[in-house]
Amino acid sequence: MVQTEGIRYWRDMRARYNLIGRRCGKCSRVYFPARSICLDCHRHSIGKMDPYKLQGRGTVSTFTIVHDGDPRFGVQVPYILALIQMEEGPRMTAQLVDIDPPQVTIGMRVHTVFRKIGTVHTEGVIHYGYKFAPDSMPHLRA
Amino acid sequence: MRDVAIVGAGTTKFGELWNDSLRDIGIQAGFAAIQDAKIESHDIDALYVGNMAAGRYIAQEHVAALITDYSGLSSRHISATRVEAACASGGVALHNAYLAVASGMYDTVVVGGAEKMTDATDAENTEILAASADAQWETFFGATFPALFAMMARAHMQEHGTTREQMAQVAVKNHAHGALNPNAQFQKEIDLDTVLNAGMVADPLGVFDCSPISDGGSALVLMPLEKALSHTKRPVIIRGSTIATDTLGLHARPKLTSMAATKVAGQRALTQAKKTIADIHLAELHDCFTIAELIALEDLGFVKAGEAGAAVAEGRFHLKGGQMPVNTSGGLKARGHPCGATGIAQVVEAVFQLQGRAGARQVKGATTALTHNVGGSGATVTVHVLEAT
Repeated sequence: MVQTEGIRYWRDMRARYNLIGRRCGKCSRVYFPARSICLDCHRHSIGKMDPYKLQGRGTVSTFTIVHDGDPRFGVQVPYILALIQMEEGPRMTAQLVDIDPPQVTIGMRVHTVFRKIGTVHTEGVIHYGYKFAPDSMPHLRA
Repeated sequence: MRDVAIVGAGTTKFGELWNDSLRDIGIQAGFAAIQDAKIESHDIDALYVGNMAAGRYIAQEHVAALITDYSGLSSRHISATRVEAACASGGVALHNAYLAVASGMYDTVVVGGAEKMTDATDAENTEILAASADAQWETFFGATFPALFAMMARAHMQEHGTTREQMAQVAVKNHAHGALNPNAQFQKEIDLDTVLNAGMVADPLGVFDCSPISDGGSALVLMPLEKALSHTKRPVIIRGSTIATDTLGLHARPKLTSMAATKVAGQRALTQAKKTIADIHLAELHDCFTIAELIALEDLGFVKAGEAGAAVAEGRFHLKGGQMPVNTSGGLKARGHPCGATGIAQVVEAVFQLQGRAGARQVKGATTALTHNVGGSGATVTVHVLEAT
Protein backbone atom coordinates (compact mmCIF):
# COMPACT_ATOMS: atom_id res chain seq x y z
CA MET A 1 0.00 0.00 0.00
CA VAL A 2 1.38 3.38 -0.95
CA GLN A 3 -1.46 5.56 0.27
CA THR A 4 -0.31 7.16 3.49
CA GLU A 5 3.30 7.22 2.40
CA GLY A 6 2.34 9.79 -0.21
CA ILE A 7 1.55 12.35 2.48
CA ARG A 8 4.57 14.34 3.62
CA TYR A 9 3.78 14.48 7.31
CA TRP A 10 7.11 16.12 8.11
CA ARG A 11 5.72 19.41 6.78
CA ASP A 12 3.51 19.60 9.88
CA MET A 13 6.26 18.53 12.28
CA ARG A 14 6.87 21.94 13.87
CA ALA A 15 3.19 22.61 14.46
CA ARG A 16 2.57 19.05 15.64
CA TYR A 17 5.53 18.91 18.05
CA ASN A 18 4.96 22.39 19.51
CA LEU A 19 1.16 22.76 19.24
CA ILE A 20 1.47 25.83 17.08
CA GLY A 21 -1.81 27.00 15.60
CA ARG A 22 -2.91 30.47 14.55
CA ARG A 23 -4.80 33.31 16.16
CA CYS A 24 -6.92 35.74 14.16
CA GLY A 25 -5.52 39.24 14.62
CA LYS A 26 -8.99 40.71 14.12
CA CYS A 27 -11.23 38.66 16.44
CA SER A 28 -8.63 36.71 18.49
CA ARG A 29 -10.21 33.32 17.69
CA VAL A 30 -7.59 30.58 18.02
CA TYR A 31 -7.25 27.76 15.51
CA PHE A 32 -5.53 24.41 15.68
CA PRO A 33 -4.55 23.08 13.17
CA ALA A 34 -3.44 26.34 11.60
CA ARG A 35 -5.70 28.14 9.15
CA SER A 36 -4.70 31.05 6.96
CA ILE A 37 -8.24 32.49 6.91
CA CYS A 38 -10.50 33.00 9.96
CA LEU A 39 -13.88 31.23 9.73
CA ASP A 40 -15.58 34.34 11.18
CA CYS A 41 -13.58 37.26 9.71
CA HIS A 42 -12.90 35.79 6.25
CA ARG A 43 -10.94 38.19 4.02
CA HIS A 44 -10.50 40.69 6.84
CA SER A 45 -8.24 38.14 8.56
CA ILE A 46 -5.89 37.58 5.63
CA GLY A 47 -2.33 38.38 6.67
CA LYS A 48 -3.39 38.69 10.32
CA MET A 49 -3.39 35.00 11.28
CA ASP A 50 -0.41 34.92 13.62
CA PRO A 51 1.26 31.78 14.98
CA TYR A 52 -0.11 30.90 18.40
CA LYS A 53 1.17 28.21 20.74
CA LEU A 54 -1.38 26.19 22.68
CA GLN A 55 -0.62 25.24 26.28
CA GLY A 56 -1.82 21.67 25.75
CA ARG A 57 -4.61 21.59 28.34
CA GLY A 58 -8.22 20.67 27.73
CA THR A 59 -11.19 18.44 28.49
CA VAL A 60 -12.61 15.36 26.74
CA SER A 61 -15.61 16.32 24.54
CA THR A 62 -16.29 12.76 23.39
CA PHE A 63 -14.34 9.55 22.84
CA THR A 64 -14.41 6.04 21.41
CA ILE A 65 -12.46 2.86 21.91
CA VAL A 66 -11.24 1.75 18.49
CA HIS A 67 -11.19 -2.05 18.22
CA ASP A 68 -10.88 -2.28 14.45
CA GLY A 69 -8.25 0.27 13.53
CA ASP A 70 -6.29 1.62 10.67
CA PRO A 71 -3.50 -0.89 9.88
CA ARG A 72 -0.91 1.71 10.93
CA PHE A 73 -2.14 1.37 14.51
CA GLY A 74 -2.22 -2.44 14.56
CA VAL A 75 -0.22 -3.08 17.72
CA GLN A 76 -1.97 -0.28 19.61
CA VAL A 77 -5.50 -1.68 19.10
CA PRO A 78 -7.69 -1.25 21.06
CA TYR A 79 -6.87 2.43 21.50
CA ILE A 80 -8.87 5.38 22.80
CA LEU A 81 -9.55 8.18 20.34
CA ALA A 82 -11.02 11.43 21.63
CA LEU A 83 -11.96 14.97 20.70
CA ILE A 84 -10.34 17.36 23.17
CA GLN A 85 -11.77 20.80 23.86
CA MET A 86 -8.66 22.95 24.36
CA GLU A 87 -8.66 25.84 26.85
CA GLU A 88 -7.80 28.29 24.07
CA GLY A 89 -10.91 27.32 22.02
CA PRO A 90 -10.09 24.80 19.31
CA ARG A 91 -10.97 21.11 19.48
CA MET A 92 -8.37 18.45 18.58
CA THR A 93 -8.53 14.80 17.51
CA ALA A 94 -6.02 12.63 19.36
CA GLN A 95 -5.51 9.40 21.28
CA LEU A 96 -5.80 9.15 25.06
CA VAL A 97 -3.05 7.25 26.86
CA ASP A 98 -2.03 6.33 30.42
CA ILE A 99 -5.64 5.47 31.25
CA ASP A 100 -7.82 2.37 30.91
CA PRO A 101 -10.92 2.72 28.71
CA PRO A 102 -13.45 2.27 31.56
CA GLN A 103 -11.90 5.23 33.40
CA VAL A 104 -12.47 7.71 30.55
CA THR A 105 -15.33 10.17 31.03
CA ILE A 106 -16.64 13.08 29.02
CA GLY A 107 -15.47 16.30 30.66
CA MET A 108 -12.30 14.87 32.25
CA ARG A 109 -9.26 17.11 32.23
CA VAL A 110 -6.33 16.05 30.06
CA HIS A 111 -3.01 17.40 28.84
CA THR A 112 -0.74 16.68 25.88
CA VAL A 113 2.13 14.20 26.01
CA PHE A 114 4.71 13.72 23.25
CA ARG A 115 4.46 10.22 21.79
CA LYS A 116 5.09 8.02 18.80
CA ILE A 117 2.00 8.11 16.57
CA GLY A 118 2.79 5.53 13.90
CA THR A 119 5.25 4.32 11.30
CA VAL A 120 5.31 4.52 7.52
CA HIS A 121 4.77 0.99 6.22
CA THR A 122 7.75 0.11 4.10
CA GLU A 123 10.42 2.53 5.24
CA GLY A 124 9.74 2.24 8.94
CA VAL A 125 10.01 6.00 9.50
CA ILE A 126 8.47 6.87 12.86
CA HIS A 127 6.01 9.76 13.14
CA TYR A 128 5.81 11.56 16.45
CA GLY A 129 3.16 13.90 17.77
CA TYR A 130 0.75 14.57 20.61
CA LYS A 131 -1.49 12.29 22.59
CA PHE A 132 -3.39 13.24 25.73
CA ALA A 133 -3.09 11.88 29.27
CA PRO A 134 -5.38 12.53 32.26
CA ASP A 135 -4.41 15.35 34.65
CA SER A 136 -5.21 13.08 37.59
CA MET A 137 -1.91 11.24 36.98
CA PRO A 138 0.55 14.16 37.07
CA HIS A 139 3.62 11.92 37.51
CA LEU A 140 3.15 10.85 33.90
CA ARG A 141 3.20 14.43 32.64
CA ALA A 142 5.63 14.76 29.75
CA MET B 1 -34.24 26.90 -15.17
CA ARG B 2 -36.25 24.01 -16.64
CA ASP B 3 -38.07 21.38 -14.59
CA VAL B 4 -36.04 18.19 -14.62
CA ALA B 5 -37.53 14.69 -14.61
CA ILE B 6 -36.14 11.21 -14.09
CA VAL B 7 -37.30 8.96 -16.94
CA GLY B 8 -35.26 5.86 -16.21
CA ALA B 9 -33.72 4.15 -13.19
CA GLY B 10 -31.67 1.02 -12.78
CA THR B 11 -29.29 -0.70 -10.45
CA THR B 12 -27.06 -3.74 -10.15
CA LYS B 13 -27.38 -6.08 -7.24
CA PHE B 14 -25.25 -4.82 -4.33
CA GLY B 15 -22.80 -7.04 -2.48
CA GLU B 16 -19.61 -8.84 -3.26
CA LEU B 17 -19.83 -9.02 -7.07
CA TRP B 18 -16.87 -11.32 -7.49
CA ASN B 19 -17.14 -11.74 -11.27
CA ASP B 20 -17.72 -8.07 -12.11
CA SER B 21 -15.13 -5.32 -12.47
CA LEU B 22 -15.85 -1.61 -11.93
CA ARG B 23 -16.47 -1.15 -15.65
CA ASP B 24 -18.87 -4.13 -15.69
CA ILE B 25 -20.78 -2.70 -12.73
CA GLY B 26 -20.95 0.82 -14.18
CA ILE B 27 -22.13 -0.41 -17.57
CA GLN B 28 -24.74 -2.79 -16.12
CA ALA B 29 -26.24 0.02 -14.04
CA GLY B 30 -26.22 2.49 -16.92
CA PHE B 31 -27.70 -0.05 -19.31
CA ALA B 32 -30.52 -0.85 -16.87
CA ALA B 33 -31.39 2.86 -16.61
CA ILE B 34 -31.19 3.40 -20.37
CA GLN B 35 -33.45 0.41 -21.05
CA ASP B 36 -35.87 1.67 -18.42
CA ALA B 37 -35.93 5.10 -20.10
CA LYS B 38 -36.35 3.59 -23.56
CA ILE B 39 -33.68 5.83 -25.05
CA GLU B 40 -31.02 5.06 -27.65
CA SER B 41 -27.33 5.68 -27.19
CA HIS B 42 -27.47 8.50 -29.76
CA ASP B 43 -29.93 10.34 -27.49
CA ILE B 44 -27.35 10.75 -24.73
CA ASP B 45 -25.73 14.19 -24.45
CA ALA B 46 -23.68 13.71 -21.29
CA LEU B 47 -22.66 11.28 -18.59
CA TYR B 48 -21.90 12.00 -14.92
CA VAL B 49 -20.30 9.30 -12.77
CA GLY B 50 -20.08 9.38 -8.99
CA ASN B 51 -17.04 7.43 -7.82
CA MET B 52 -15.12 7.87 -4.61
CA ALA B 53 -11.81 6.08 -4.88
CA ALA B 54 -11.27 3.90 -7.96
CA GLY B 55 -7.68 5.11 -8.06
CA ARG B 56 -7.01 3.53 -4.70
CA TYR B 57 -9.38 0.56 -4.90
CA ILE B 58 -8.45 -0.72 -8.35
CA ALA B 59 -5.65 1.64 -9.46
CA GLN B 60 -7.93 3.08 -12.14
CA GLU B 61 -8.49 6.82 -12.56
CA HIS B 62 -10.23 8.51 -15.51
CA VAL B 63 -13.40 6.62 -14.69
CA ALA B 64 -15.85 8.77 -16.66
CA ALA B 65 -13.99 8.17 -19.91
CA LEU B 66 -13.68 4.47 -19.06
CA ILE B 67 -17.42 4.02 -18.54
CA THR B 68 -18.25 6.12 -21.61
CA ASP B 69 -15.86 4.11 -23.76
CA TYR B 70 -17.06 0.67 -22.65
CA SER B 71 -20.67 1.82 -22.96
CA GLY B 72 -19.96 2.18 -26.67
CA LEU B 73 -20.22 5.97 -26.62
CA SER B 74 -16.62 6.90 -27.47
CA SER B 75 -17.42 7.43 -31.15
CA ARG B 76 -20.04 10.01 -30.17
CA HIS B 77 -17.52 11.98 -28.08
CA ILE B 78 -20.11 12.91 -25.45
CA SER B 79 -19.37 15.01 -22.40
CA ALA B 80 -18.36 12.80 -19.47
CA THR B 81 -17.51 13.90 -15.93
CA ARG B 82 -16.43 12.00 -12.84
CA VAL B 83 -17.56 13.47 -9.54
CA GLU B 84 -15.90 12.79 -6.18
CA ALA B 85 -17.22 13.85 -2.80
CA ALA B 86 -16.39 10.81 -0.64
CA CYS B 87 -19.57 8.85 0.13
CA ALA B 88 -21.66 11.72 -1.28
CA SER B 89 -20.12 11.29 -4.75
CA GLY B 90 -23.40 9.91 -6.15
CA GLY B 91 -25.57 12.69 -4.76
CA VAL B 92 -23.16 15.38 -5.93
CA ALA B 93 -23.04 13.76 -9.39
CA LEU B 94 -26.85 13.89 -9.52
CA HIS B 95 -26.89 17.56 -8.52
CA ASN B 96 -24.47 18.35 -11.36
CA ALA B 97 -26.48 16.30 -13.87
CA TYR B 98 -29.63 18.09 -12.66
CA LEU B 99 -28.00 21.49 -13.24
CA ALA B 100 -26.87 20.44 -16.70
CA VAL B 101 -30.46 19.63 -17.74
CA ALA B 102 -32.13 22.45 -15.80
CA SER B 103 -29.84 25.02 -17.38
CA GLY B 104 -30.76 23.94 -20.91
CA MET B 105 -27.20 22.85 -21.71
CA TYR B 106 -28.13 19.18 -22.22
CA ASP B 107 -31.42 17.39 -22.89
CA THR B 108 -30.62 13.79 -22.05
CA VAL B 109 -28.15 13.00 -19.30
CA VAL B 110 -27.21 9.67 -17.76
CA VAL B 111 -25.98 9.96 -14.17
CA GLY B 112 -24.62 6.96 -12.36
CA GLY B 113 -22.53 5.94 -9.43
CA ALA B 114 -20.33 2.91 -9.00
CA GLU B 115 -17.74 1.56 -6.59
CA LYS B 116 -15.73 -1.66 -6.52
CA MET B 117 -14.65 -2.08 -2.88
CA THR B 118 -14.29 -5.81 -2.30
CA ASP B 119 -11.07 -6.23 -4.27
CA ALA B 120 -9.38 -4.48 -1.33
CA THR B 121 -8.84 -6.13 2.07
CA ASP B 122 -10.70 -4.98 5.18
CA ALA B 123 -7.57 -3.17 6.39
CA GLU B 124 -7.13 -1.44 3.04
CA ASN B 125 -10.80 -0.44 3.09
CA THR B 126 -10.41 1.11 6.55
CA GLU B 127 -7.47 3.14 5.30
CA ILE B 128 -9.07 4.16 1.98
CA LEU B 129 -12.31 5.22 3.66
CA ALA B 130 -10.42 7.13 6.35
CA ALA B 131 -8.92 9.31 3.61
CA SER B 132 -12.30 11.08 3.42
CA ALA B 133 -11.58 12.60 6.83
CA ASP B 134 -8.80 15.17 7.33
CA ALA B 135 -5.77 13.00 6.53
CA GLN B 136 -3.27 15.19 8.37
CA TRP B 137 -5.22 16.11 11.48
CA GLU B 138 -7.75 13.28 12.02
CA THR B 139 -6.66 10.12 10.20
CA PHE B 140 -2.99 10.62 11.12
CA PHE B 141 -3.88 10.38 14.82
CA GLY B 142 -5.92 7.19 14.46
CA ALA B 143 -9.36 8.35 13.31
CA THR B 144 -11.34 5.81 11.28
CA PHE B 145 -14.87 6.36 10.01
CA PRO B 146 -16.46 4.11 12.61
CA ALA B 147 -14.43 6.04 15.24
CA LEU B 148 -15.69 9.45 14.07
CA PHE B 149 -19.32 8.30 14.08
CA ALA B 150 -18.79 6.51 17.40
CA MET B 151 -17.67 9.81 18.90
CA MET B 152 -20.85 11.45 17.55
CA ALA B 153 -22.85 8.55 19.01
CA ARG B 154 -21.29 8.92 22.47
CA ALA B 155 -21.89 12.68 22.42
CA HIS B 156 -25.53 12.03 21.39
CA MET B 157 -25.95 9.50 24.20
CA GLN B 158 -24.51 12.02 26.68
CA GLU B 159 -26.57 14.98 25.46
CA HIS B 160 -29.90 13.29 24.70
CA GLY B 161 -29.87 9.99 26.59
CA THR B 162 -29.91 8.00 23.35
CA THR B 163 -29.23 4.31 24.04
CA ARG B 164 -27.35 1.54 22.24
CA GLU B 165 -30.68 -0.31 21.98
CA GLN B 166 -32.27 2.63 20.17
CA MET B 167 -29.37 2.80 17.73
CA ALA B 168 -29.57 -0.97 17.23
CA GLN B 169 -33.25 -0.62 16.28
CA VAL B 170 -32.13 1.26 13.15
CA ALA B 171 -30.17 -1.81 12.04
CA VAL B 172 -33.07 -4.15 12.87
CA LYS B 173 -35.50 -1.98 10.86
CA ASN B 174 -33.24 -1.59 7.86
CA HIS B 175 -32.44 -5.30 7.73
CA ALA B 176 -36.20 -6.01 7.82
CA HIS B 177 -36.58 -3.71 4.82
CA GLY B 178 -33.56 -5.17 3.04
CA ALA B 179 -35.10 -8.63 3.36
CA LEU B 180 -37.75 -7.40 0.90
CA ASN B 181 -35.26 -5.98 -1.62
CA PRO B 182 -33.96 -8.51 -4.19
CA ASN B 183 -31.00 -6.23 -4.98
CA ALA B 184 -29.89 -5.77 -1.35
CA GLN B 185 -26.58 -7.09 -0.08
CA PHE B 186 -28.24 -8.51 3.07
CA GLN B 187 -31.72 -9.93 2.49
CA LYS B 188 -32.03 -11.27 6.00
CA GLU B 189 -33.86 -10.01 9.07
CA ILE B 190 -31.86 -9.70 12.27
CA ASP B 191 -32.98 -9.29 15.88
CA LEU B 192 -31.94 -6.76 18.50
CA ASP B 193 -29.63 -9.17 20.32
CA THR B 194 -27.67 -9.83 17.14
CA VAL B 195 -26.85 -6.13 16.91
CA LEU B 196 -26.15 -5.68 20.63
CA ASN B 197 -23.97 -8.79 20.95
CA ALA B 198 -21.87 -8.17 17.85
CA GLY B 199 -18.18 -7.42 18.27
CA MET B 200 -17.21 -3.78 18.81
CA VAL B 201 -15.72 -1.82 15.91
CA ALA B 202 -15.48 1.55 17.65
CA ASP B 203 -17.28 1.62 20.98
CA PRO B 204 -20.30 2.18 21.19
CA LEU B 205 -20.69 1.01 17.57
CA GLY B 206 -20.55 -2.72 16.89
CA VAL B 207 -20.28 -4.59 13.60
CA PHE B 208 -24.06 -4.47 13.06
CA ASP B 209 -24.13 -0.69 13.62
CA CYS B 210 -21.94 -0.31 10.51
CA SER B 211 -22.81 -0.44 6.82
CA PRO B 212 -20.86 -3.06 4.86
CA ILE B 213 -18.11 -2.96 2.24
CA SER B 214 -19.91 -3.39 -1.08
CA ASP B 215 -19.67 -3.47 -4.84
CA GLY B 216 -22.49 -1.98 -6.86
CA GLY B 217 -23.69 0.57 -9.34
CA SER B 218 -26.89 2.54 -9.91
CA ALA B 219 -27.97 4.95 -12.65
CA LEU B 220 -30.67 7.39 -13.68
CA VAL B 221 -31.67 9.08 -16.94
CA LEU B 222 -32.65 12.76 -16.69
CA MET B 223 -34.57 14.89 -19.18
CA PRO B 224 -36.41 18.19 -19.16
CA LEU B 225 -39.97 17.53 -17.96
CA GLU B 226 -41.51 18.65 -21.27
CA LYS B 227 -39.67 15.86 -23.09
CA ALA B 228 -40.05 13.25 -20.36
CA LEU B 229 -43.65 12.33 -21.08
CA SER B 230 -42.71 10.92 -24.47
CA HIS B 231 -40.52 8.34 -22.70
CA THR B 232 -42.54 7.34 -19.68
CA LYS B 233 -46.07 7.77 -18.41
CA ARG B 234 -44.76 8.35 -14.90
CA PRO B 235 -41.73 10.59 -14.86
CA VAL B 236 -40.49 11.55 -11.40
CA ILE B 237 -39.76 15.26 -11.04
CA ILE B 238 -36.70 16.50 -9.18
CA ARG B 239 -38.29 19.30 -7.13
CA GLY B 240 -35.28 20.05 -4.98
CA SER B 241 -31.57 19.34 -5.43
CA THR B 242 -29.01 20.79 -3.05
CA ILE B 243 -25.48 20.39 -1.75
CA ALA B 244 -24.26 21.88 1.52
CA THR B 245 -20.78 21.72 3.00
CA ASP B 246 -19.13 22.05 6.41
CA THR B 247 -15.66 21.77 7.94
CA LEU B 248 -13.78 18.69 6.75
CA GLY B 249 -12.82 17.70 10.27
CA LEU B 250 -15.42 16.68 12.84
CA HIS B 251 -13.38 18.38 15.58
CA ALA B 252 -13.84 21.83 14.01
CA ARG B 253 -17.65 21.79 14.22
CA PRO B 254 -19.40 23.53 17.11
CA LYS B 255 -21.92 20.68 17.50
CA LEU B 256 -21.05 16.97 17.55
CA THR B 257 -24.62 15.66 17.82
CA SER B 258 -25.94 17.23 14.63
CA MET B 259 -24.76 17.88 11.06
CA ALA B 260 -25.21 21.52 10.09
CA ALA B 261 -24.78 20.60 6.42
CA THR B 262 -27.78 18.24 6.64
CA LYS B 263 -29.90 21.00 8.18
CA VAL B 264 -28.93 23.49 5.48
CA ALA B 265 -29.19 21.08 2.54
CA GLY B 266 -32.57 19.87 3.80
CA GLN B 267 -34.01 23.35 4.34
CA ARG B 268 -32.78 24.58 0.96
CA ALA B 269 -34.16 21.53 -0.85
CA LEU B 270 -37.58 21.83 0.79
CA THR B 271 -37.69 25.57 0.06
CA GLN B 272 -36.75 24.93 -3.57
CA ALA B 273 -39.43 22.22 -3.78
CA LYS B 274 -42.02 24.46 -2.05
CA LYS B 275 -42.66 21.64 0.43
CA THR B 276 -42.47 21.14 4.17
CA ILE B 277 -41.08 18.07 5.93
CA ALA B 278 -44.67 16.99 6.63
CA ASP B 279 -45.21 16.58 2.87
CA ILE B 280 -42.60 13.80 2.65
CA HIS B 281 -44.05 10.28 2.39
CA LEU B 282 -40.82 8.29 2.48
CA ALA B 283 -37.11 8.96 2.81
CA GLU B 284 -33.84 7.28 2.02
CA LEU B 285 -31.37 8.57 4.63
CA HIS B 286 -27.60 8.06 4.86
CA ASP B 287 -27.33 5.35 7.54
CA CYS B 288 -23.62 4.59 7.12
CA PHE B 289 -23.81 3.91 10.86
CA THR B 290 -26.96 3.51 12.93
CA ILE B 291 -26.34 6.81 14.75
CA ALA B 292 -26.19 8.59 11.39
CA GLU B 293 -29.83 7.77 10.63
CA LEU B 294 -30.91 9.11 14.04
CA ILE B 295 -28.97 12.35 13.53
CA ALA B 296 -30.37 12.72 9.98
CA LEU B 297 -33.96 12.25 11.21
CA GLU B 298 -33.40 15.07 13.72
CA ASP B 299 -31.49 17.43 11.43
CA LEU B 300 -34.00 17.11 8.59
CA GLY B 301 -36.84 17.88 11.02
CA PHE B 302 -38.71 14.56 10.97
CA VAL B 303 -38.35 14.61 14.78
CA LYS B 304 -36.99 17.11 17.31
CA ALA B 305 -33.36 16.95 18.43
CA GLY B 306 -32.85 14.01 20.76
CA GLU B 307 -36.11 12.24 19.89
CA ALA B 308 -35.05 10.05 16.95
CA GLY B 309 -33.93 7.08 19.04
CA ALA B 310 -37.28 6.72 20.78
CA ALA B 311 -39.18 7.37 17.53
CA VAL B 312 -37.35 4.61 15.66
CA ALA B 313 -37.83 2.21 18.57
CA GLU B 314 -41.59 2.99 18.50
CA GLY B 315 -41.68 1.96 14.84
CA ARG B 316 -42.54 5.37 13.36
CA PHE B 317 -40.17 4.87 10.42
CA HIS B 318 -40.85 1.20 9.69
CA LEU B 319 -42.32 0.08 6.39
CA LYS B 320 -44.87 -1.98 8.28
CA GLY B 321 -47.04 0.22 10.46
CA GLY B 322 -44.81 3.30 10.35
CA GLN B 323 -46.01 6.82 9.54
CA MET B 324 -43.12 7.73 7.23
CA PRO B 325 -40.99 4.77 6.14
CA VAL B 326 -37.24 5.42 6.13
CA ASN B 327 -34.81 3.36 4.08
CA THR B 328 -37.31 1.00 2.48
CA SER B 329 -34.44 -0.24 0.29
CA GLY B 330 -32.65 -1.51 3.40
CA GLY B 331 -30.54 1.62 3.55
CA LEU B 332 -26.77 1.62 3.45
CA LYS B 333 -26.91 -0.92 6.29
CA ALA B 334 -28.68 -3.74 4.43
CA ARG B 335 -28.88 -2.68 0.77
CA GLY B 336 -25.13 -2.10 0.89
CA HIS B 337 -22.87 0.93 0.56
CA PRO B 338 -20.68 1.00 -2.55
CA CYS B 339 -19.69 4.61 -1.81
CA GLY B 340 -19.96 6.25 -5.22
CA ALA B 341 -23.24 4.45 -5.99
CA THR B 342 -25.10 5.18 -2.77
CA GLY B 343 -26.45 8.66 -3.57
CA ILE B 344 -27.88 7.36 -6.85
CA ALA B 345 -29.16 4.08 -5.36
CA GLN B 346 -31.21 6.09 -2.85
CA VAL B 347 -32.90 7.97 -5.70
CA VAL B 348 -33.46 4.74 -7.68
CA GLU B 349 -35.38 3.39 -4.67
CA ALA B 350 -37.39 6.62 -4.40
CA VAL B 351 -38.21 6.49 -8.13
CA PHE B 352 -39.40 2.87 -7.89
CA GLN B 353 -41.56 3.82 -4.90
CA LEU B 354 -43.06 6.90 -6.56
CA GLN B 355 -43.80 4.93 -9.73
CA GLY B 356 -45.47 2.14 -7.74
CA ARG B 357 -42.95 -0.53 -8.71
CA ALA B 358 -41.26 -1.22 -5.40
CA GLY B 359 -42.82 -4.68 -5.09
CA ALA B 360 -43.02 -6.02 -1.53
CA ARG B 361 -41.54 -2.74 -0.25
CA GLN B 362 -44.19 -0.52 -1.85
CA VAL B 363 -45.34 2.43 0.26
CA LYS B 364 -48.99 2.85 -0.77
CA GLY B 365 -49.95 6.24 -2.17
CA ALA B 366 -46.49 7.76 -1.88
CA THR B 367 -46.10 10.84 -4.08
CA THR B 368 -43.20 12.74 -2.46
CA ALA B 369 -39.83 11.39 -1.35
CA LEU B 370 -36.60 12.78 0.09
CA THR B 371 -33.08 11.39 -0.26
CA HIS B 372 -30.11 12.36 1.91
CA ASN B 373 -26.49 11.49 1.10
CA VAL B 374 -23.50 12.32 3.34
CA GLY B 375 -19.82 12.58 2.48
CA GLY B 376 -17.26 12.07 5.22
CA SER B 377 -18.43 12.84 8.74
CA GLY B 378 -20.75 15.53 7.36
CA ALA B 379 -18.49 17.83 5.32
CA THR B 380 -20.68 17.29 2.23
CA VAL B 381 -24.42 16.61 2.29
CA THR B 382 -26.82 16.40 -0.64
CA VAL B 383 -30.60 16.33 -0.40
CA HIS B 384 -33.04 15.62 -3.22
CA VAL B 385 -36.81 16.07 -3.10
CA LEU B 386 -38.66 13.97 -5.66
CA GLU B 387 -42.30 14.04 -6.72
CA ALA B 388 -44.44 11.65 -8.72
CA THR B 389 -46.46 12.97 -11.66
